[in-house]
Amino acid sequence: MDKKKLGYWLFFIALFLGPLYLTEFRLALLGKFLCFALVALGICLIWGYTGILSLGHGVYFGLGAYCTAMYLKLEAAGGTLPDFMEWSGVTALPAFWQPFSNPVFALSASLLIPALLAAMLGFLTFKNRIKGVYFSLISQAVVVVFVTLFVAKQDWTGGTNGLTNFTTFLGFSLASPLVQIVLYLMTVLILGASFTLAAALTKSRAGRVLSAVRDGENRVRFLGFNPTSYKVFVYSLSAALAGLAGTLFVLQVGLISPAMMGIIPSIEMVLWVAVGGRYSLIGAVLGAIVVNSAKSFFSESYPDIWSIFLGLLFIIVVMFLPNGIVGAVNSWNEKRVKSKRKGGTADAADSVVS
Amino acid sequence: MQPILSCRDVKVSFNGFQALQGVDLAVYPQEVRFLIGPNGAGKTTLLDVICGKTKASGGEVVYRETENIRKLQEHEIVRLGITRKFQAPSVFTNLTVLENLELSLKQKRSLWAVMRAKLTKEDEEKMDAMLHRIGLTEQRHQPAGILAHGQKQWLEIGMQLMQEPEILLLDEPIAGMSETERYKTGELIHGISKTCAILIVEHDMEFVRNFSKQVTVMHEGRVLCEGTMAEIQQNEQVAEVYLGRRDSAC
Amino acid sequence: MAVVATQLFNGISLGSILLLIALGLAITFGLMNVINMAHGEFIMAGAYTTYVVQQAFSHYVPAALFNYYYIAAIPLSFLIGALLGFVLEKTLIRFLYHRPLDSLLATWGVSLILQQMARSIFGAPNVAVTAPAWLDGGLTIAGAVFPYKRLFIIALAVICMVALYLYLDKTAAGRKMRAVTMNRSMASSLGVSTQKVDAAAFAIGSGLAGIAGCALTVLGPIGSTIGTYYIVDAFMIVILGGIGSLAGTVFGALSIGMLGTVAEFWTGASMAKVIVFAAIVAFLQFKPAGLLSARTRSLE
Repeated sequence: MDKKKLGYWLFFIALFLGPLYLTEFRLALLGKFLCFALVALGICLIWGYTGILSLGHGVYFGLGAYCTAMYLKLEAAGGTLPDFMEWSGVTALPAFWQPFSNPVFALSASLLIPALLAAMLGFLTFKNRIKGVYFSLISQAVVVVFVTLFVAKQDWTGGTNGLTNFTTFLGFSLASPLVQIVLYLMTVLILGASFTLAAALTKSRAGRVLSAVRDGENRVRFLGFNPTSYKVFVYSLSAALAGLAGTLFVLQVGLISPAMMGIIPSIEMVLWVAVGGRYSLIGAVLGAIVVNSAKSFFSESYPDIWSIFLGLLFIIVVMFLPNGIVGAVNSWNEKRVKSKRKGGTADAADSVVS
Repeated sequence: MQPILSCRDVKVSFNGFQALQGVDLAVYPQEVRFLIGPNGAGKTTLLDVICGKTKASGGEVVYRETENIRKLQEHEIVRLGITRKFQAPSVFTNLTVLENLELSLKQKRSLWAVMRAKLTKEDEEKMDAMLHRIGLTEQRHQPAGILAHGQKQWLEIGMQLMQEPEILLLDEPIAGMSETERYKTGELIHGISKTCAILIVEHDMEFVRNFSKQVTVMHEGRVLCEGTMAEIQQNEQVAEVYLGRRDSAC
Repeated sequence: MAVVATQLFNGISLGSILLLIALGLAITFGLMNVINMAHGEFIMAGAYTTYVVQQAFSHYVPAALFNYYYIAAIPLSFLIGALLGFVLEKTLIRFLYHRPLDSLLATWGVSLILQQMARSIFGAPNVAVTAPAWLDGGLTIAGAVFPYKRLFIIALAVICMVALYLYLDKTAAGRKMRAVTMNRSMASSLGVSTQKVDAAAFAIGSGLAGIAGCALTVLGPIGSTIGTYYIVDAFMIVILGGIGSLAGTVFGALSIGMLGTVAEFWTGASMAKVIVFAAIVAFLQFKPAGLLSARTRSLE
């Protein structure tokens, strides 16, 4: 147990010291992956622990990113209209854009809007006991709706190009390497804090109710718990984490577009968790980092192969590694411990073989 | 004495099929009431209606003379003190025996309360006592999924008891159990009846004879008659239902 | 008047396209409860089959017979779809019957691979299929024009629907299929080979996707993502109609087709998506199990 904790701390410190040993390019890449890890953490909570498979987390990620991007856009425009609005012939800032000139409003909206949307969708479906694949498909339909809307309402959202060309955040230049390092460190801290929070939730009695919901939702009702409120809560918590990740992403990458919240990115998010190990929070974090490292390695040189590789990864993980990397490591460890317990006989057998 | 639960003219239909055609039933505090009857009589459906799993299409289910619970959701009914054990064991297989019991503690079940909940000394003592009572002290840290069939049934009964119910609904609790397990379960039920009322569906007449005081016989969605086992056995109608017409049967 | 008639017709037309796509899902998802995310790629396979048949006809068959390529393409699309479905069932899906969420993910992987393969074989840009000459033009009634292409698709959808109904209801094989989907263990103890039935059912559902792809080629150029465009709607239709109900699927397809067309006419394409989705979620508030569905007695 203590060994495990030590491992977490070492991993965290290694991430925190990243700026010391990584090039600017690698650091930016890792910062992006850590945003994805934050999304993965939320998906692990709902999928691994509660049994809700959402194919719509791209939307929550995107909404969070757009909220912050709107603020950045207004700050870059400096009191005039954002550039893309002028191009599409808009003359006055739309009313719903106005409050986003306030950074506090924009940042809280980037958490609350995804959380509220998720709570609403969750309430309307979970209350009616729509679950399993039915919920997954409905959450995917949400993606289609939002992507179509964001592409079509070009004069409000920047259309296919999305929002980009930011200059400063709270007055600090986003182009400055120092600012980027600070943003990276913030991402590490926020990921660490969210991880601790999520771990505490899963270890609490409420966490056990969530696993119970996964194993037998109706049975939970007969213990007097209302699964709807637990599911709505964890689902909107996970949407808020995705929104937060969106904010950190847009600050570091400087771009958000509908393509990043579409069906494929949404389902890729699930794959990160599946690869890392759906029942393990640390697995989700590692999965996000590993899959995205592989993606940037492959898609830089062979974009065609990447999508085939991605497809194969889905199949392989589901068929042969249902508990992901962490599951595989754990069962390997168990085997090792077992053979150690057998003691002399196993050793003797080994020596005979060698 | 006031009944703790009364069903009045309860009706249920499944796609036009009348599973319950107006059932009247009164259960009194701390009584063990057996529900018997041939297959398809509507016994399980009646339990389903009381615990909220199936919504009645007509009639009333009244708890403590005042509260009509017919339209409440399952968890609301449980919070009033009516718990249900299903026929197939349904424990949480990935949680340990102890964790199963922890979730079953009588507690505030709102999200906020449960998130901050900690095990008190008192809770632990209650759980220890229950483990002892259902004979699973040694298995306390095992996942419930690997228990034997009978042990799962006991764990589930234990989970119902942890909730300190006013009424316990049991659906064929001894099905699939060995002779000794049956006896143990009977003793367990007998013990429980000191603290709450039990409404129990059972097919095993031997078991009913040994542990019943009052028996209600159901047939084709209606209550046929009520009485002690001895009275029931003398009843012409009951014999007809179970054996076909007496004269033709012999 | 002509506007109303045209809108109504467009609604039915969109509904019939959706129905063609959803019919296959009504079997694999509705009856067998398998989420096959690669269903859209089976549509794509049907469309590309039609393209290949057309190419073959224009190269190897006398020009006079060219217009009949489409007649040959329909059964071939069905066969290619069915073959793909059969292989998928045998290699992947049959191991995942008890893990619905996992079969969703694995078939998603298959869908990505098939799309990339299509891009590698046929190139990334869309290809156009020339519709046979006998589908050009349209029927003009009271000032409203009803294109033959769309009338043809409506007819095709009706034929497929009737054929499927007859198969499920009137043939021994179809009854076996329904028996297996209703009560697997009972059916198998009565001597029905559930494995064969599963494979057959999956092949038929996938074959219908192939036909849908064939039909889509007359409406416009085809590309590797043609399936994904419709698949989300098609799944919504089966949910809306009620799992396991063919009649519900038909209702679902027509109502979503109608609503989509009307909403698009009034508000534009993007808002129409929002309205249709909102309507589906609103509808599920009253009938969470869909339009037509059966009750069960089991706890989970």
